[in-house]
Amino acid sequence: MPPSSMGGGMPPSSMGGGMPPSSMGGGMPPSSMGGGMPPSSMGGGMPPSMGGGMPPMGGGMPPTSMGGGMPPSMGEGMSPSSMGAGMPPSPMGGPMPPGPVASGPRPMYPQQPGYGGPTPPTSQNQPYSGTPQGNQFGAPPGMVPPPGQSMHPPAPNSAPPRPGFPPAPAPGQLPPQPGQFPGSAPYGQPQPPPMGYGAPPGPPAQPAPMPPPQQKRLDPDQMPSPIQVIEDDKRTRSGVFQTNARGSVPPLVTTNFTTQDQGNANPRFMRSTMYNVPCTADMLKSSHIPFALSLCPFAELGPQEQPPPLVDLGELGPVRCKRCKAYMNPFMQFIDGGRRFQCVFCGAATDVPNEYFAHLDHTGRRVDTFNRAELCLGSFEFVATKDYCKNGVPPKEPAFIFMIDVSYNSVKSGLVQLICDKLKSEILINLPKETGASESEIRVGFVTYHKELHFYNVKGSLAQPQMMVVSDLEDMFVPLVDGFLVKLSESEAVIDSLLSQIPQMFSESKETELVLGPVIQAGLDALQSAERAGRLYIFHTGLPTAEAPGKMKNRDDRKLLGTDKEKTILSPQTSFYTKLGTECVAAGCSVELFLFPNQYIDVATMSDVCRVTAGNIFKYSYFQADLDGERFIEDLKMTVMRSQAFDAILRVRTSTGIRPVDFYGNFYMANTTDVEMAAIDADSCVSLEIKHDDKLSESDGAFIQVAVLYTSVSGQRRLRCHNLSLNCCAQMADLFRSCELDVLVNFFAKQAIRTSLNANPKQVREHIMNETAQILACYRKNCANPSSPGQLVLPECMKLLPLYANCIIKNDSISGGSEISTDDRSYLMHLVNSMDPRTTNVFFYPSLLPFHNLDMESSDVPAAIRCSSERLEDNGIYLLENGLSMFLWIGHNVKPEMIQDIFAVQSAAQVDIDKVQVLQLDNPVSRRLCDLIAKLRERRSRYLKLTIVRQRDKLEPWFNHFLVEDKGMGSGSSYVDFLCHIHKEIRNILS
Amino acid sequence: MSTYQEFIQQNEDRDGIRFSWNVWPSSRLEATRMVVPLGAVFTPLKDRPDLPPIPYDPVLCTRTTCRAILNPFCQIDYRAKMWTCNFCYQRNPFPPQYAAISEQHQPAEIIPQFSTLEYTITRATCHPPIFLLVVDTCFPEDEDLQGLKESLQMSLSLLPPNALIGLITYGKMVQVHELGSEGVSKSYVFRGTKELTSKQIQEMLGIGRGAPAQPQQQQRGGAPTNQQQLQLPSNRFLQPVHKCDMNLTDLLGELQRDPWPVAQGKRPQRSVGAALSIAVGLLECTFPNTGARIMLFMGGPCTQGPGMVVDDELKHPIRSHHDIEKDNCKYMKKAMKHYESLANRAASNGHIIDIYACALDQTGLHEMKFCPKYTGGHMVMGDSFNTSLFKQTFQRVFSHDSKGEFKMAFGATLEIKTSRELKVSGAIGPCVSLGVKGPAVSDTEIGLGGTCQWKMCGLYPTTSLAVCFEVVNQHNAPIPQGGRGYIQFITQYQHSSGERRVRVTTVARSWADASANIQHISAGFDQEASAVMMGRIAVYRAETDDGPDVLRWLDRMLIRLCQKFGDYNKDDPNSFRYSENFSLYPQFMFHLRRSQFLQVFNNSPDETSYYRHMLNIEDLTQSLIMIQPILYSYSFHGPPEPVLLDSSSLQGDKILLMDTFFHILIYHGETIAQWKAQGYQDMPEYANLKQLLQAPLDDAQEILQTRFPMPRYIITEAGASQARFLLSKVNPSQTHNNMYSFGGQINVGGDSYGSEPADGSVPVLTDDVSLQVFMDHLKKLAVSSSS
Repeated sequence: MPPSSMGGGMPPSSMGGGMPPSSMGGGMPPSSMGGGMPPSSMGGGMPPSMGGGMPPMGGGMPPTSMGGGMPPSMGEGMSPSSMGAGMPPSPMGGPMPPGPVASGPRPMYPQQPGYGGPTPPTSQNQPYSGTPQGNQFGAPPGMVPPPGQSMHPPAPNSAPPRPGFPPAPAPGQLPPQPGQFPGSAPYGQPQPPPMGYGAPPGPPAQPAPMPPPQQKRLDPDQMPSPIQVIEDDKRTRSGVFQTNARGSVPPLVTTNFTTQDQGNANPRFMRSTMYNVPCTADMLKSSHIPFALSLCPFAELGPQEQPPPLVDLGELGPVRCKRCKAYMNPFMQFIDGGRRFQCVFCGAATDVPNEYFAHLDHTGRRVDTFNRAELCLGSFEFVATKDYCKNGVPPKEPAFIFMIDVSYNSVKSGLVQLICDKLKSEILINLPKETGASESEIRVGFVTYHKELHFYNVKGSLAQPQMMVVSDLEDMFVPLVDGFLVKLSESEAVIDSLLSQIPQMFSESKETELVLGPVIQAGLDALQSAERAGRLYIFHTGLPTAEAPGKMKNRDDRKLLGTDKEKTILSPQTSFYTKLGTECVAAGCSVELFLFPNQYIDVATMSDVCRVTAGNIFKYSYFQADLDGERFIEDLKMTVMRSQAFDAILRVRTSTGIRPVDFYGNFYMANTTDVEMAAIDADSCVSLEIKHDDKLSESDGAFIQVAVLYTSVSGQRRLRCHNLSLNCCAQMADLFRSCELDVLVNFFAKQAIRTSLNANPKQVREHIMNETAQILACYRKNCANPSSPGQLVLPECMKLLPLYANCIIKNDSISGGSEISTDDRSYLMHLVNSMDPRTTNVFFYPSLLPFHNLDMESSDVPAAIRCSSERLEDNGIYLLENGLSMFLWIGHNVKPEMIQDIFAVQSAAQVDIDKVQVLQLDNPVSRRLCDLIAKLRERRSRYLKLTIVRQRDKLEPWFNHFLVEDKGMGSGSSYVDFLCHIHKEIRNILS
Repeated sequence: MSTYQEFIQQNEDRDGIRFSWNVWPSSRLEATRMVVPLGAVFTPLKDRPDLPPIPYDPVLCTRTTCRAILNPFCQIDYRAKMWTCNFCYQRNPFPPQYAAISEQHQPAEIIPQFSTLEYTITRATCHPPIFLLVVDTCFPEDEDLQGLKESLQMSLSLLPPNALIGLITYGKMVQVHELGSEGVSKSYVFRGTKELTSKQIQEMLGIGRGAPAQPQQQQRGGAPTNQQQLQLPSNRFLQPVHKCDMNLTDLLGELQRDPWPVAQGKRPQRSVGAALSIAVGLLECTFPNTGARIMLFMGGPCTQGPGMVVDDELKHPIRSHHDIEKDNCKYMKKAMKHYESLANRAASNGHIIDIYACALDQTGLHEMKFCPKYTGGHMVMGDSFNTSLFKQTFQRVFSHDSKGEFKMAFGATLEIKTSRELKVSGAIGPCVSLGVKGPAVSDTEIGLGGTCQWKMCGLYPTTSLAVCFEVVNQHNAPIPQGGRGYIQFITQYQHSSGERRVRVTTVARSWADASANIQHISAGFDQEASAVMMGRIAVYRAETDDGPDVLRWLDRMLIRLCQKFGDYNKDDPNSFRYSENFSLYPQFMFHLRRSQFLQVFNNSPDETSYYRHMLNIEDLTQSLIMIQPILYSYSFHGPPEPVLLDSSSLQGDKILLMDTFFHILIYHGETIAQWKAQGYQDMPEYANLKQLLQAPLDDAQEILQTRFPMPRYIITEAGASQARFLLSKVNPSQTHNNMYSFGGQINVGGDSYGSEPADGSVPVLTDDVSLQVFMDHLKKLAVSSSS
């Protein structure tokens, strides 16, 4: 560490009070926090930095650092060690005086037990709350005196008295309402005076004092920690979440909670970036926070949660507003004694159909409110009538078509054998069925192909399956109508016979040329001619180079990645697959691609058909059945068996004054309002941005209804409605108090994916940085005025924004350069495009779990630690997962006993890292590890690929790539540097 | 000398040939004045069980422009071991193996009785015959398909075990079945709406690529040992019967009706055109120039894709003659083009296309007629595959001769050589021109001309060609007395055993100077051969030109013939006479004019095509029956006797048996019918009635046994609706117009036509002219000096 690096003002300041020096990362010099957190509350509504006792910066910190922007060099004080080696001075020049990061008003946390003293482990507290340099502490202008406690009583149990409560009584500016500031959220404590709004009282945003200017290295511990936020939210908000109140901010996606639907949709279905919507377009615009929703209409629910009930109104069909066609929901107002209802979206009054009439009680509510799901729940389903069906004909049961590549590579890798072995025993018996049904109604069909396609007649009455070969690739069609799509139970014997014969039939396959376009066309044609919606499961191994529609050429050039020209290889080389996709959507045919490439396969081009048809892509490079078979089969099983919907149209209705303007995700839109998805499953997520076209009123609030018309697994046409009510606000502070960072991150990521196909990588990065800075500057300007300009003050609910923004920018999906393959880049882009907030959360900020120090007898999933190499101990074993892959990192000083327990070998060096399986041995450590891995896999819809990484081994750089707080391999900056940069930007904006 | 009649008969028996003129006018000019062209009806493979086997190659004339084959008419110089070609007069040495030749020791080919001889070429490789079944699956009823399946399964047992067989099925799609695969049955499927080139088909079936040389190697005899035949890709689709008959039987057994839904008011989507094109393409690239038979079974018209005959809307009826006349058939021309090009491709590869069409409505034979016509295939028309008519017909396709060999031959080439006074004008029959010019080719074309070689892919013992010749000798170059003209027919073909054979027929006829010896020439007139030949020419003209003109042309030709060879006083019709060997000719022409070959009224285009096709291929006897049906009468008065095809032959107390070739009809006169209705035949005392009733049935069975295709067999009685088949054929000597006024006896050209108005004969309700009226007009015109 060059001492120089630290600005003078740096690090120390950063920390919140309360941080015992010790707490800081190992090497942190005491300098860092003083004991107490600076009070978060900033001046005017802003809680100044946190906790009470911001200690002035480490001794060495000259106060100056902050303010002036110039941090004096802190360096000296810094123990060199503290600086991670890797801590480079932030990019900002020395001159940058970023303030310390302010985090929420975190009062000081009591330290976690494990950690030594009083100091909370870094992760815990928000360190930064710290005010900036010393001076800050001192009395920053407007700063509330540290002793914030005043306001809220310290949280109960969970938190020991925090010293640094936000100074509730903020100086004038801040509306005292404690509730308003969400910042407190972490505490979970009920804020004493809940505000009128249902909103959970949050502590005000936190101003985070800026950590020092770059120069010196900031103590990473001082910077807002996602781990802390997550753990706090878990602590305070686990349990039941009731959706009775308008605009209530749900717990974080990482928190395990149970929703009680009391009129608003479960947050698993629908989350918003903001639960307090600015009344005017101007205000929204100046906040720079996008008003976006993440919709997962078929999200998987928690074990205690009830699926949306099915309402069957018979012939009548769903009751709708006559003007805007919104569906009946709990927010509709019945008037005229119940004879009419007024639409909450457009205000029109509609006559209540006679069959639907009910009297109103004295409060104006229908007497049958609680007997009808659509009047009391946020999510419910209607049985659709014929009018909602294609051509007025009720749909038939959906079908799955399994299309297996039987070319040379596919056979050789063991794929064909594997699929055929497992398809029946593990996949088909798990076909999704209606709750309560005894067997699945899904029809199945089988196709094999290489340069020609083979269809199979597996009609139950046949003694042997019949194979029909179609080699007319120009003009693909399905050669049979009867016997291709069958019900499993009716053709079991024939299917068994077929699956046992396919591997033999093609065991001699020498064909290396492949087609893909005709394969999809065939599946489409099969579904079309059978008049069924459904999915194609295509197992494909290579670039389709055979002469046929959809032929591709190898155009790989990974050197282009990261350059201005990257979009040429990230965009499809032909529009064929996009067009084909739109045809598929029209027929309700969704394409799931399972890719097993040994070389470039051009995911960018073929993924388009999945994107348009809302299908998933799974990619297993260099597939070998014995090594990757389990993962593939688990993935396949998951995608086949989970509940899903077909041939869906999603439509979002909003209150007058706002409207959806832009949709992100994997789907097709023929017009500006209807999102067409050939299939939806629990992972399908659509993000949309909403803009004002008029004003909203604070008293009315804003309403959103998401209606999905779909065909169920049993072939019933249904309509699923999710309703959400939001508050409206005229004050910035209100807005900033109820934002949802995970949704925001999700939205930014999708926006970036889209932009990266049109702009150059630099623009993409700058856009995110700029938006981040603008948001924070807006907060700073509107809600945290009193603090010194040099101080970085962050709203509580967005204190992780800089971190996450940096993670997005560095992520392989957005800026993957030549260190990853073009296909991987495209693959990730495709994945991100439909990720839900829960997945993006872990994808951008992987979860790093220590294993070596766990209680081997317990079965909890341990708390994560921050993703930085500094957190790894030589004698530790860690698991890292990002929703796609998992790494088991083994320090070089791990106790041999543990190695023995886990791997049954003497030392780490003997571990065969090519073998991805972790042995299941009969000892507590092994059991614990296997159990933990299983638990982690269970949480994700994709089976996590496990890679074993030994410290200082050749794979370590790749592993380090996922330590997102560190400087990345390429141009990625470390968290510290990025934060400094953002601070500088903010200052630029403000000045 | 025996009579001409005997001479003709003898020649026909020996050489399978009958000339219109058996004495040839020696100059071109005179020949053209003979009205009926010099020509012949030739049956190349006439059944000759008595021929000795000749297991060596024929000896050819060494002159390269001649290459005629040594024959009994050649002059032999036994001492010099030379022979003189009777066509070009080239002197040729005998090859070494004939060294032992002497007047006492003659090879068969120069013995006069072997003017027809068959050589077996031993050098050539043997190919087992190939049968490619192309089977429709679009049937409204299961029974039809069932019947067809049974027939097909049965046929497997009739095929020689080494024959290759393949299966294509079609409906909305076309499926080419791979035979001999274990477990999963495999087929290649093609869209029925798509026109595919042979190359595409080849690629899609994965054949042709490494197998270019296979035709030479595909044979049963293990002689040329080549690599595993199994490796040859074509083998997946065409397998020896003995290897795949189980498999194929199962496959046929499992054949289902086309599963694609047929909407109300629609025809099934049937891809005949595409299926046929795939079949042709498959054989074309795997077995070119090897004997193969594509057997197309169709249960209805092609409704989609190439070769579509009608669309699938039932409300649009399939085209009629009226529509064709009005040029109101949307798909006809295109479909004809499609099938004609397929027929040409198949023909050039030596492959036969049979069409077995069974449906109540038309199936598009009109458009598809080229296929059997160009390739010598069978055309069979029936109502349903589940009828004995079809089943027996189909069985007869595989009938064997006395030696147990198929009565079918493949890939024949017919070459005609003539002596220099003659040239070939053309041939009419189931063949295509090979376009080989030569010194013997005339500039005047009749039928398929401009060549001296024709290809006949399918050939049967009865297949006959009408061949026309032109005398080119000029008037001023008289032929010496006793001079003869020669014609040699060389037919090379693949015998059903796989052997390559050459049959050589050499004929000679005398020349006569017409100006001096017209009576010799007229005495050599063969009215039956002439009638059949004129019939073929007329039909050929009708198909290529338009119909009404043909009738006028026929009339004109008849009148001119009468003028030339009749004996009469000018302008005195009653004086008209002609000799016996002309006496039936006008009558043949009368019936030909009225026949379904030239009259389309009451026939669909399909039927017309079918009838014409049969006339185009059958031998002389059968053709004559078609032109003028035969009528036998059975009564208590005596043994069965042939009677006039005249309405007067319809008597109440007689049973008639009519054979029109296409129909076998038994007609019970009114009285007989009444007796029968009252059951007299079952009473012991009326056993004679029972016998009378049985007699025609037995005779009909005899005809049915030998006829191909099976005729429609009808038993009817006076006044019944089916009697119309008889009434439409008989000469309407009595109609509703004249039955009370007409009577007596008229003599026409020395022949007497009787009519007994009483007697329960049945008048025919028609406005057609009767033979009597026809003859009256003919005589009037023939003697008229103005014409």
